[in-house]
Amino acid sequence: MKITIERGALLKSLNHVQSVVERRNTIPILSNVLIRAADGELILTATDLDIEVVESVAANVSQAGSITAPAQTLYDIVRKLPDGAQVELSIGADEGRLSLTAGRSRFALQALPSEDFPVMSAGQLSHHFTLPGEALARLIDKTRFAISTEETRYYLNGIYFHAADKAPGQVLRAVATDAHRLAQVDHALPAGAEGMPGIIVPRKTVLELQKLLDGHSADVAISVSETKIRFQFGEVVLTSKLIDGTFPDYSRVIPVNNDRLMQIEGKRLAEAVDRVSTISTEKSRAVKLNIEEGRLTLSVSNPDSGNATEEISVSYDSPPMEIGFNARYLLDITSQLDGEEATFAFADSNSSTLVKDSEDEDAIYVLMPMRV
Amino acid sequence: MSEGICRDCLALVSPDARRCPVCGHPRLLFHPELHDLTIAHMDCDAFYATVEKRDNPELLDKPLIVGGGKRGVVSAACYIARTYGVRSAMPMFKALKACPHAVVIPPDIAKYARVGREVRNLMLETTPLVEPLSIDEAFLDLTGTERLHHASAAVTLARLARRIQNEIGVSVSIGLSFNKFLAKTASDLDKPRGFSIIGRTGVMEFLAAKPVSFIWGVGKSLEAKLARDGITSIAQLQRMDEHTLMVRYGAMGTRLHRLSRGLDSRDVSPDRETKSISAETTFLDDVCDEKKLDATLWRLCEKLSTRAKAQQLAGKTVVLKLKTADFSLRTRSLTLPDPTQLAETIYRAAHPLLLKEADGTAFRLIGIGISSLCDPAGADPLDMFDPDAEKRAVIERTIDQVREKFGPGAIGKGRGRT
Repeated sequence: MKITIERGALLKSLNHVQSVVERRNTIPILSNVLIRAADGELILTATDLDIEVVESVAANVSQAGSITAPAQTLYDIVRKLPDGAQVELSIGADEGRLSLTAGRSRFALQALPSEDFPVMSAGQLSHHFTLPGEALARLIDKTRFAISTEETRYYLNGIYFHAADKAPGQVLRAVATDAHRLAQVDHALPAGAEGMPGIIVPRKTVLELQKLLDGHSADVAISVSETKIRFQFGEVVLTSKLIDGTFPDYSRVIPVNNDRLMQIEGKRLAEAVDRVSTISTEKSRAVKLNIEEGRLTLSVSNPDSGNATEEISVSYDSPPMEIGFNARYLLDITSQLDGEEATFAFADSNSSTLVKDSEDEDAIYVLMPMRV
Repeated sequence: MSEGICRDCLALVSPDARRCPVCGHPRLLFHPELHDLTIAHMDCDAFYATVEKRDNPELLDKPLIVGGGKRGVVSAACYIARTYGVRSAMPMFKALKACPHAVVIPPDIAKYARVGREVRNLMLETTPLVEPLSIDEAFLDLTGTERLHHASAAVTLARLARRIQNEIGVSVSIGLSFNKFLAKTASDLDKPRGFSIIGRTGVMEFLAAKPVSFIWGVGKSLEAKLARDGITSIAQLQRMDEHTLMVRYGAMGTRLHRLSRGLDSRDVSPDRETKSISAETTFLDDVCDEKKLDATLWRLCEKLSTRAKAQQLAGKTVVLKLKTADFSLRTRSLTLPDPTQLAETIYRAAHPLLLKEADGTAFRLIGIGISSLCDPAGADPLDMFDPDAEKRAVIERTIDQVREKFGPGAIGKGRGRT
């Protein structure tokens, strides 16, 4: 194998694939990136056995071949090379090494044979559809914060995607929850997604995907089966296992009869919550909401550091009430609200509250109160 | 040589006195640095046994062991029992073999806690810098109290010891030095009713003669490791440089280097936080029956929860502790998504851990604890997918209220029965 490639192009692709590589590995080859060269392109592959990212990049291939080398080291070297440098990768006379030269820099990296690199087979993928990159990014961005990290409820450790009934037809819905808050975002059901199985995409896959999608507006081709999902866009193919579990019936925790409605300017609320929660600590994270006609009073009281209050005018004409939330959770939700006006639907101080943009029916959030 | 102190009447005596010129007693204290040292460790002598003897003078001249039942261990042995070789933490059958005529009293922890608090209050009247190590021992920092008490730290301590003896009826041993490690070391040198001093001069020589196990934090395994490397005495550690020790033993290496030279810069800090809360019990006979283990676990969870609620703490990590019939220890832990102080939640986390271990093995001890402690404000949040959790919490709080009114035995869950 012998190829030449411009440093910037190599760095970008290496950056994309190396982030799935776990920092600590018991299986040495999992720390490596698989490098294959053929037909004018370099194909890089990295995996943690749950996720596999493959990216191809144009290169000047003078001799085809393949090898694996430590992903992190390779990435660090390329990162430190000067801008615009031409990088040559080849298998040295000594078969066990990958040699890298750029200008006057030479490296010989301990390598492992490509035959030993684990291949992740996607198996039969049953449903295929396409989503605009921005739409997929939105489904992820608006739900990700609610993903649970609780290991015992592993089935909550990802985003649940499925085709959901919503008059007049079906939508592609993303749901994430940690049992204290829930986020649900819908998108028009793309052709091919009808009858797709409900799937739970793991947190790490979601994060990798979010990084790869950054600034990417082209269409993303998605293929799913009961156990795997594949995303294909640009030069990247990401294949991931799905969480093998049953997502709970989330529809029963979305309140439908909450009739105490409060309309508020979303951005102002987010800023106010952020301000008053400055004095809340790990110890006492509660922010109290006192709601009366036309006025919301936010207050945080912390025995160690003092207290804070802020008033905001709202539209509200139900009986006055008081409710407490975890400031962090409330902030996570209010920062998702990007419309002019947000609607809060309360039942009472012990029941969950529904939050949404007044204009946007596609994204709703549910928040459990805290005892205050 | 500076003036000495009479520990009985607190008079200052000349350095060459053999007996106190004021009261005639011989308990005099001399040391070249006597009036310059301010860090002390104070330890009650055979605390549980002393308290029991105080409350029942008939026991005064009898060997007394405080400890639990036939299977328990010695919690404390009075100094008469100790002459027969009885030591605390010794299994009861061994202790009774060594001293068959000993009087055995089951411990009354609530009483000792009460007396321990009285002792602590007297310490706190002497200096605010009291760092309790357990129910009956503490570090005291008397730096800067000389003008307040119109006396050196040594005199103040002797006065405090006398006051504890007179007002509470408990004797204490004192170690006085210039840091915590040496103060603690000193208090062990002379017991009971001791007052030992380790000054700055001669520390290296004093420590050099001691085995490595003398160093705080060197337990059995590190001692064995050091022995494998050929190090058995502190003198050897003193000859090694910090770097070598650090390379070999990591962070502990730095500690070995410093402590072997008598260096210890830790402050006496009065509000050292509680790191964990626990409850445990040793069975009368080894238990392998899962149902019995489980019922005991539930009762311990309730006990633990009561303690957590009383201390206004909640914990995020649940730790199950089991000791097998052959004394090997098994601990299993689980980190919860949110902190809890509810018996029910602790039990639900510990129960599956217990099921995995209850495979027919005979256990002599079971314990449950919570760590990663925090304020209960954010504990036990409402859970969307487990609406019954809140009902269980309400039931538990109701049980707590009933017990508060009618006593701990007034109400309980069926789970605690066997």
